[in-house]
Amino acid sequence: MEERLLEIKDLHVEYVTDEARVFAVNGLDLTVNRGETVGLVGETGAGKTTTALSVMRLLPDLVGRITRGSIILDGIDITRATEADMRLIRGEAVSMIFQDPMTSLNPVMTIGEQIAEVLHLHEKYDTKEEVEHRVDEILRLVGLPPERKGEYPHQFSGGMKQRVVIAIALACEPKLLLADEPTTALDVTIQAQVLQMVRELKEKLNTAMLLITHDLGVVAQTCDRVGIMYAGEIVELGTAEQIFQKDERHHPYTVGLFGSIPDLTRKTRRLSPIEGLMPDPTDLPPGCRFHTRCPHRMPVCEVESPRPSYNGGHLIRCHIWDDRRCSQ
Amino acid sequence: MTRPLVETRDLKKYFRTPRGWLHAVDGVNLTISRGQTLGVVGESGCGKSTLGRVILRLLEATGGEVLYDGENILTYKQDKMIEMRKKMQIIFQDPYASLNPRMSVSEIIAEPIKVCKTIAGRKAIEDKVYEMMDTVGLARRFVNTYPHELDGGRRQRIGIARALALDPEFIVCDEPVSALDVSIQAQILNLMMDLQEERGLTYMFVSHDLSVVKHISNDIAVMYLGQCVERTQSDELFDNPLHPYTQALLAAIPVPDLSARNRPQNIIRGEVTSPVNPKPGCRFAARCPKVRPECSVEDIGLKEVSPGHFVACILY
Repeated sequence: MEERLLEIKDLHVEYVTDEARVFAVNGLDLTVNRGETVGLVGETGAGKTTTALSVMRLLPDLVGRITRGSIILDGIDITRATEADMRLIRGEAVSMIFQDPMTSLNPVMTIGEQIAEVLHLHEKYDTKEEVEHRVDEILRLVGLPPERKGEYPHQFSGGMKQRVVIAIALACEPKLLLADEPTTALDVTIQAQVLQMVRELKEKLNTAMLLITHDLGVVAQTCDRVGIMYAGEIVELGTAEQIFQKDERHHPYTVGLFGSIPDLTRKTRRLSPIEGLMPDPTDLPPGCRFHTRCPHRMPVCEVESPRPSYNGGHLIRCHIWDDRRCSQ
Repeated sequence: MTRPLVETRDLKKYFRTPRGWLHAVDGVNLTISRGQTLGVVGESGCGKSTLGRVILRLLEATGGEVLYDGENILTYKQDKMIEMRKKMQIIFQDPYASLNPRMSVSEIIAEPIKVCKTIAGRKAIEDKVYEMMDTVGLARRFVNTYPHELDGGRRQRIGIARALALDPEFIVCDEPVSALDVSIQAQILNLMMDLQEERGLTYMFVSHDLSVVKHISNDIAVMYLGQCVERTQSDELFDNPLHPYTQALLAAIPVPDLSARNRPQNIIRGEVTSPVNPKPGCRFAARCPKVRPECSVEDIGLKEVSPGHFVACILY
């Protein structure tokens, strides 16, 4: 049973400032099925967070806008929804865990109030007692003692604050959770605790998750499917098995990403990084966006944008693997 | 066995806080041989950055000794210390915060040369700046740009060029790649390893990222709450971790490999306890799965359990 929960089609997002137009997301297609975890991997400026903010419709006013494409969440087109509709959708159908737990909590509200706020806004419970009861329940769910709900964020450690942020996101049991680098600000042992908790909660509540990260290790431990993003596009998309299988076909950027991380199990004297830098999103190169850094560059890459080729659900957007081209 | 280039003996650094003494570095003994890299790993707040700074005397130690080539530099007077600084330099974590935004690339790289007066004459200094830029792979056209015009990878190259400008022997690298994207991180790591080979540099590489530390280091010291809990050769640490904290730390690294997916997870519970006025005994006792009553009686020193493998745990 694979039912689509989120379907993003041909999404284009731009940031318009006085100086320049920044092309942050350029034709992104992505689906998330119910109960599934999809990882979105890429470096700074790849457009990962912009994608998540588009789904939440939280792009900065006036500056950021969706110029093309559609985002269908549970049958509703988010790009056309009114702000009033969005207020109901956010928190209830989809919610987001932000990267930095230190700055995403309100410092002058107790954590209990911050969790209760979501429940009040969505009018989930009639009486105060019911709300308080639910707050206790959620705190226990994320492994925090309910006795501490009267305390303020600064009284908690980083890992505990991130649990509070997760508690707020899960308060209304959303169908989709957008987790934007949820463990990047945490130490490894705390990261392991939080990731395990997220996995357990997902099982229990059957929440679908879009996990945004730059850490391939985190992806390997959590995700069912993985998309690799570069310059606002998904260059490779497949099941975790397809992406992490070394002898499969891969996009040269994926190969570069894996070559850049030191392998704990093998002894290599040198890493094989990707040469050069991420292209300037105000001035993207024509053709394949990656051709300026690609070791397998061909003349066609500089002029023609590669079409996605599929191999058993494994998408690669690269001229090298385009069978139509090979057979010609 | 040759004399180590850098050695610390019972090195301590305490900070006074309103709630008491914060034991940031609490009796650390380590040695770094010439031309080698010692990796120092641990989680935030374990004192690894403070340790690096105390060794360079950017912070004054509370107690203990730092021996550089056999001499205790903590007793040096200021003029002698300035001479020493030519031999020991530091690369900082955040290339966005460690470069003066009002100085151009050439001014930043030339500053240590001017301060220490190692080279005289404007032309000679300019030549040295260009030489350093070539060494770290920074195109000469950037010589008059300011840090904000450059990306993180290039900024970190400036930080490395500045550290190399005095031709030091020993460099403390304080999380030099943790603010960078993986593809850029790999470029910088390769550069640092090439420089070490060419110039015979000695590194103390401080990081929270175990896979990076393993990649670059000959020896690794694991720190927990101001103390070194285990120290050994890098491969030995990964093949045969002895201290329960090291074992937990290694188990917690997410491996980019699906085969590790369904392995049983031994995740340690709890969080780092406060480094203010710590109780005697093993600092890790409160979280340790193998804790015994004896653990909290007195401080446990490093013990050599097999040649070159030191661990501070009563189990061994």
